[in-house]
Amino acid sequence: MHELSIAYSLVATAEEAALQVGANQVDVVHLRLGQLSGVVKDALLFGYDIATEGTILAGSTLQIEEVPVVVYCAECDAERQLPNIQYFRCPTCGTPTGDIRQGKELELVSLEIADYETTHS
Amino acid sequence: MKPRILDIRKGVLEKNDVLAGDLRNRFKDAGVFVANLVSSPGTGKTAFLERTLSLLLEKGYQAAALVGDLATENDAVRLARSGANVRQIVTGGNCHLEADMITNHLQNWEVDLDKLDFLFIENVGNLVCPSHYDLGEDVRVVLLSVTEGEDKPLKYPPMFNSADVAIITKVDLAEAVEFDRDTAIANIHNVRPGMTVFETSAKTDMGMDVWLRYLVTQQQESTTATPPS
Repeated sequence: MHELSIAYSLVATAEEAALQVGANQVDVVHLRLGQLSGVVKDALLFGYDIATEGTILAGSTLQIEEVPVVVYCAECDAERQLPNIQYFRCPTCGTPTGDIRQGKELELVSLEIADYETTHS
Repeated sequence: MKPRILDIRKGVLEKNDVLAGDLRNRFKDAGVFVANLVSSPGTGKTAFLERTLSLLLEKGYQAAALVGDLATENDAVRLARSGANVRQIVTGGNCHLEADMITNHLQNWEVDLDKLDFLFIENVGNLVCPSHYDLGEDVRVVLLSVTEGEDKPLKYPPMFNSADVAIITKVDLAEAVEFDRDTAIANIHNVRPGMTVFETSAKTDMGMDVWLRYLVTQQQESTTATPPS
């Protein structure tokens, strides 16, 4: 299960950033997860609880924003959201396209740190 | 108290991507063409690679391989029969290779990258996890055997989509298992439009010549496109 190792990478990156600003507890972690990232949301959430144990992220919530795949269709000269990642075709005109503009994200967006002010002063 | 938002906007696997970028520069400077082989367990990656290595060596090219496996060193022993230098990466249960494992295994290896024409990385047999991890390769090669079912690309879109080239293996068995070639290729192209597909048999050498020509052309292009600094 690679979601656990991804959860560890996520927690390490988040903890490093939080410690840099002097935080001692993180409440919420916001993550963008592309539909083509190959990561299963539920497995990642499960792994997250394990990976946060003993860190300043322990007990925090992982908020996942799922990002659909968007491709560029040269025929339509437009970006289109892909309804089905098994068919890389423009949903409007049917032209095959592999020009992916969005949907591979595995991105740590931001952290919510409740006691940031107090620990910083 | 209102929560404070700390903006980060960082790829979760950024560390791996940075290491992979370093590897890619190193490979380019050394003039070695690198292929990362991914497939399900049992597709015939090792047999295919063993034959590829033998044929390249016969033609006078220098080729070596790093091979990832969960627990055993069997694949490295098999691949060494080709005469190429092979090093096993035992991942100890990890379901994929990461860039730092490649970096570590290039150290203290008798192989000199500068003298190599080709380096193959045989990933752990798995069609899910290796798709996230860039290893600094020039091409990612996904293998699919005729015994696996034509719909494999539709079951694993992220992996097939992340690959540059697809190889259909064991084509000598195609008739016996009633392999529907057109459907398989259509499914590959549904997930990755325009992807180059090779049809091979490591047993009969069917299609291996076309694959080898592709490799040699790619290697020449990659080493002449930007002269080593």
